[in-house]
Amino acid sequence: MSVSVREADFDAGAEIAALSAGRDDVGAVASFVGLVRADKAAAEVGAGATAAVQAMTLEHYPGMTEKALEAIVVEARGRWDIYGVRVIHRVGKLQPGDRIVFVAVASAHRGEAFAACEFIMDYLKTRAPFWKKEDTAEGGRWVDARESDDHAAGRWEGAQK
Amino acid sequence: MNVKILFFAGLREALGTGSESVTLPAGVGTVGALRDHLAARGAPWSALATTKNLRSAVNQQMVGPDAAVKPGDEVAFFPPVTGG
Repeated sequence: MSVSVREADFDAGAEIAALSAGRDDVGAVASFVGLVRADKAAAEVGAGATAAVQAMTLEHYPGMTEKALEAIVVEARGRWDIYGVRVIHRVGKLQPGDRIVFVAVASAHRGEAFAACEFIMDYLKTRAPFWKKEDTAEGGRWVDARESDDHAAGRWEGAQK
Repeated sequence: MNVKILFFAGLREALGTGSESVTLPAGVGTVGALRDHLAARGAPWSALATTKNLRSAVNQQMVGPDAAVKPGDEVAFFPPVTGG
C-alpha cells in the first residue's frame, strides 16, 4: 500500500527502511517530511497579521483523496524509473511541530529519486483534495491556496525528466 | 435518479451543509450549469458564484465547468486545495 491518508503519525525512518527492505537494487531513497509551522509570514496572512497558529485541522475528501494521490504516484512512475513510493498524509487536528506529510521514493540513482519526490509533493499540493484550517487567538481561518504552488506544479507540465 | 453534491472546507461552512441530493433540472447538464443553478437560490448559496477559483469534481475526478453531469453522478465543489 503506497498511499495512506490517516490521523496517525508516521515513523519516517521505518518508512524509508521499508522501501529498500529485502532488495539490493535500490541505490537511493529521497524523502520529504512536511510539518505544521507555528509562525506565518505576514505576507501569507495579510498586512499586520501575525497571529500564531495554535493548531491546524486538515479536512479532505474521502475516496477522492486516495484516488488523486494514487494517480500522482502512477504519473511519477511513468516519468521516472522508480522502484518504490510511499505517501502518507495526515488528517484531523494537528499541533505546531507535528508531521503532516511524508513522501519517499526509492530508485537506483539519486537523480530520479530526488526528482520524483519533488514532483509528487508539487502535484500533491495542487491536485489532492486537502484543506487546512488554522486555529489562532483571533479565531479559525482557512488557508488560502498559494500561486507559488501552482507555479511549482506547472514546471513539470510537458517536461520529461 | 438524483445527483449527490458535496461541499468542502470554507464553502461547506458558508453553505452550512456538506452534502445534498438534488434532481437535475431540465437543461442542467454541466458542472458549470449546476453551480449556477445552485447559486441562483440566493444567500448563502451565492457563495458558489463568489468563491474565488472554485474547483469542482465529478465522480472524484477534478474537472472544469464544461464537464458533463448525469443522474447518478457525485459532484463536488470546493476551494483550491491547500494540503501538503
